[in-house]
Amino acid sequence: MTQISVRVDGAAYSDDVEPRTLLVHYLREQLGKVGTVVGCDTSNCGACTVHLDGEAVKSCTVLAVQADGSEVTTIEGIASNGTLHPMQKAFHEMHGLQCGFCTPGMIMASIDLVNDNPNPSDDEVREGIEGNLCRCTGYQNIVRAVQQAAAEMSGGSTASETLGAQA
Amino acid sequence: MIPAAFAYARPTTIDEALQAVASGGEDVKIMAGGQSLIPVMRLRLAAPETVVDLIKVAELRGVREEEDAIVIGAMTTHSDVLSDPLIARYAPLIAEATETVADRQVRHRGTFGGALAHADPAGDLPAVALALDAEFVIAGLAGRRTVPAAEFFVDYLTTALEEGELLVEIRVPKLHGTWGMHYEKFNRVAQAWSIVAVAALVRREGARIAEVRVGLTNMGPTPLRAAGVEAALVDVEATPEAVAAAAAHAAEGTTPSSDLNAQADYREHLAIVLTRRAVTVAAGL
Ligand SMILES: Cc1cc2nc3c(=O)[nH]c(=O)nc-3n(C[C@H](O)[C@H](O)[C@H](O)COP(=O)(O)OP(=O)(O)OC[C@H]3O[C@@H](n4cnc5c(N)ncnc54)[C@H](O)[C@@H]3O)c2cc1C
Ligand code: FES
Ligand code: FES
Repeated sequence: MTQISVRVDGAAYSDDVEPRTLLVHYLREQLGKVGTVVGCDTSNCGACTVHLDGEAVKSCTVLAVQADGSEVTTIEGIASNGTLHPMQKAFHEMHGLQCGFCTPGMIMASIDLVNDNPNPSDDEVREGIEGNLCRCTGYQNIVRAVQQAAAEMSGGSTASETLGAQA
Repeated sequence: MIPAAFAYARPTTIDEALQAVASGGEDVKIMAGGQSLIPVMRLRLAAPETVVDLIKVAELRGVREEEDAIVIGAMTTHSDVLSDPLIARYAPLIAEATETVADRQVRHRGTFGGALAHADPAGDLPAVALALDAEFVIAGLAGRRTVPAAEFFVDYLTTALEEGELLVEIRVPKLHGTWGMHYEKFNRVAQAWSIVAVAALVRREGARIAEVRVGLTNMGPTPLRAAGVEAALVDVEATPEAVAAAAAHAAEGTTPSSDLNAQADYREHLAIVLTRRAVTVAAGL
């Protein structure tokens, strides 16, 4: 067992983990953050995407011990005081999901994309979420949702993470 | 799946890392970004006794300039490479190829050195390093040695790295003259891995092509130089016809595999087409 200290969605945790524990399993099983899901065994699907020190990563392809001393943000930590993050709101409004399994990862990857590129074109959104697979939607509405959220995020939204990153 | 249990070491210097590798037992694995190693461990295709994680070895990360080369630390991530001004200035081919590697999540963790040490035939950076005549600086307990790219890639997933050795940095010589570069890749949309790809560098002297270097991805167990193409484009007039005639040699001496994505003869065809495209763009035609 190795001791780690991490901040997850704003709260501090100190835990003993086995080195082989994947970050996604630590989040789900030890912290109960089951909003982050596992969709594959090959690091391809992106359903497990979280932010590690502000950058999108596949939490099935990071060891929990590697998050020691870091800040993790999951899909459960992006709404502020019950108000959805603009990306969550846009996925809802633009119908960017059907079964919803890919959605937590899609949203976390899309926020990361918009942080780097505040006004992505159609093609840039598709490239930006190439690490996230959706078996339902055909992506069309996901692209629309990301662009709507991008417009809201750059137009001075109330999203905590975005404001934090810009401040 | 969950990886088999292992002991975990997280050194902070190269010397500590070499010690940790030496004292880690029978089966030690070095971990860079983990983007190839963790998937393999999850499938239990690898079950090392000890993992030595380089993530905190700060001296392995970053790019610096020397008189005749830029030097890229092995732990420089793919995303660091994409935003690095020295790479943009002296070796934009590396950034162009890196942009096509995997996806933004994997590029945040995966490293330049890890991708080269992994030496996957479908990986994009080995052929680029080979075309740039890069040199690999390798550290062991006994000291350091430098291996040219032509000798670094030995076989399928096999490099000149010996047991207990660490890839420290990659030296990319600065080019002299007027060079154009291009990476041309053919892959399935939902899978970034190259079916075949071509890295081309072209030196122009006015209306002539003075010199060309061509690296091939996934045309054999290791990256290859297309020697026939290079020989056909020494001091010739820069025309689309000359490039097309030279590109016809691209598959000579290659040994591509047949797999779910493509048969060997299809890969040979791709090598020719992609070489023509890559050299055409790099020549500014
Ligand atoms: C979904 C997905 C898609 C991908 N698509 C592509 C693609 O399109 N093109 C592409 O080129 N790559 C692709 N990759 C691979 C990616 O580029 C990896 O980052 C890379 O292959 C390995 O880099 P790493 O830093 O993660 O190395 P690790 O996984 O940590 O290590 C890989 C191997 O290299 C060894 N090693 C690493 N660093 C050193 C060192 N300094 N000294 C000695 N040995 C070392 C390790 O022991 C291990 O055997 C993809 C990966 C994934 C998960
Ligand atoms: S569960 Fe992590 S990429 Fe599929
Ligand atoms: S909504 Fe079902 S996988 Fe994307």
